[in-house]
Amino acid sequence: MPTAISVQSLRKSYGSFEALRGVDLEIDRGEVFSLLGPNGAGKTTFVEVLEGYRARTAGDARVLDADPGSAGSAWKARIGIVPQSTTLFDELTVREIVTHFAGFYPAPLNPARAISMVGLDEKADARCGKLSGGQKRRVDLALGMIGDPELLFLDEPTTGLDPEGRRQLWGIVREFAALGKTVLLTTHYLDEAEALSDRVGIIDRGALVALGPPATVGGRDRERSIIRFGLRGPLATTTLPEISGELTHEGQRVVISTVHPAATLRVLLAWADECGEPELPALTVSRPSLEDVYLTLIAHDGTPGEGA
Amino acid sequence: MAFNVASASPSLPAGAARAGRPSVLRLGLSRVAIELKVYFRNVEMMFFTFLLPILFLFIFASVFSGDINAGPGVKVNFTNYFLPGIIASGVMSATFASLAISIAIEQHEGMLKRLAGTPLPKASYFIGKLGLAVVVTLAQTAIMLVAAILLYGVELPAGPHRWAVFLSVLVLSAATGAVLGIAYTRLVPNAKSAPAIIQPPFLILQFISGVFFRYGEIPGWLQAIASIFPLKWMSLGFRYAFLPDSFGEFEYGADWGWERPILVLTAWLVAGFVLALLFFRWDRQRE
Ligand SMILES: Nc1ncnc2c1ncn2[C@@H]1O[C@H](COP(=O)(O)OP(=O)(O)O)[C@@H](O)[C@H]1O
Ligand SMILES: [Mg+2]
Repeated sequence: MPTAISVQSLRKSYGSFEALRGVDLEIDRGEVFSLLGPNGAGKTTFVEVLEGYRARTAGDARVLDADPGSAGSAWKARIGIVPQSTTLFDELTVREIVTHFAGFYPAPLNPARAISMVGLDEKADARCGKLSGGQKRRVDLALGMIGDPELLFLDEPTTGLDPEGRRQLWGIVREFAALGKTVLLTTHYLDEAEALSDRVGIIDRGALVALGPPATVGGRDRERSIIRFGLRGPLATTTLPEISGELTHEGQRVVISTVHPAATLRVLLAWADECGEPELPALTVSRPSLEDVYLTLIAHDGTPGEGA
Repeated sequence: MAFNVASASPSLPAGAARAGRPSVLRLGLSRVAIELKVYFRNVEMMFFTFLLPILFLFIFASVFSGDINAGPGVKVNFTNYFLPGIIASGVMSATFASLAISIAIEQHEGMLKRLAGTPLPKASYFIGKLGLAVVVTLAQTAIMLVAAILLYGVELPAGPHRWAVFLSVLVLSAATGAVLGIAYTRLVPNAKSAPAIIQPPFLILQFISGVFFRYGEIPGWLQAIASIFPLKWMSLGFRYAFLPDSFGEFEYGADWGWERPILVLTAWLVAGFVLALLFFRWDRQRE
């Protein structure tokens, strides 16, 4: 599959402060990629270098086969940008601003359709200055997509939205991606990254510390799983079988930590059968959540990134 | 909720995309329309840069009446004398002050950054700002002229030569004010302080350039300072168009005439253009 974004040894310094310390990343066309990281990790810096807003200090970057540092307006017509924070023109109505922006592009979406896509039909003729924060964010999204871009950048698109607004925005992003378009979004919400993306990159203090599909990123699939169940009736009086993994007791419950949860369960179920119990009471099997992986990865000496 | 799949063009070659691209001029005109909407809906901006100069005219004409003596046997009606200066200060308001304030806010609050992320050509953005300045200037000047004629019996420029000077100085002043306004944004550290950084120097300039006081009564050293800046030359150019020669020579001496104002304003226009190119920034949110 052709690449949409290709970045090698990307560095960005602000004075003596290194905000990006050598990032390598390839994003395929049609991929939804989430950059996940705490405040100050360098997410905005990274996307703004790729959007052509900020000059990189060193390294290579190609976005839709062009150098974002020097690409012209034909290239800008192929990307869409939803910035982390900017102001709208308060005096213009939603319809006016979306229609105005549509005029910049060679093959834009229909403005009325873009407005209803982001769920602002009822506010189409309201001035932007009179909208709520969440409604403004939807206008941002409409403006980012109005040019019908091949590649959409979303910098913390759902920060400040209520849960319902977040779900709606996810739906819009999914629909957009279903057309084969590429999305690079940043977020510090783990559920968002997990719900939307084909792959996740975890960035911390200017470096990518993990990269992969949400289900396996950071070795999540190879981490130990935890099997828990209760001991009841004949199970309580029979010796447990040999299993691979660590076994501990929490009162009347058994807790097994293992890298082979399926094989272990097979052994345990056969053992329960032999004891005449069809069930392992209150059985749970849990894998580490993305949050566990994330928190382990970004746990460091306690110097917080400068909030940004 | 459905995307306009027909217009989705992920595999469109760049050349084909370019063919459908809107022209710089057409986009510039759509910017002018949007700029005008934003301007006239922004009550504060409209009041301070559009209505206030017009109010000045009414206040001046109401407070002061009678004639100004300028040498033996030369008299000029008060409103006739001050109208050109007030027009000049109105042009500065509608161009310099309004662009400096609005662009500074757009730079610091990210509206400009947003535009810079689209295929909108920079030239179209500037056409929008210049168009706004010119339209607002023309509307404001026209209102002042009509009011001055109907209410105060002010006499219009006499003959085609004076009219030509009037219109040339008007266009030149608007353009100069606009480029200087764009350049001046560099001195504005944040959006909130924009009006405070822009109005005081402009106010002082109005006092020493003969807008609020008779130019001849301003001390020589202040006149010398005023002569460096464009506002004096704008009001002088307009006075030349509206007032008799005998009066002007008495008050302005060797400066009187159309040549010097046009020359100085042209020099300021060129300098302002270069400064605007050097100083303009698309995004100053994080400075
Ligand atoms: N224009 C700038 N000048 C100086 N430092 C900056 C600038 N932009 C960002 N930084 C710093 O770079 C780091 C990364 O910032 P940013 O990319 O905004 O992170 P994120 O988007 O992940 O929160 C932060 O420490 C921030 O303070
Ligand atoms: Mg950020």
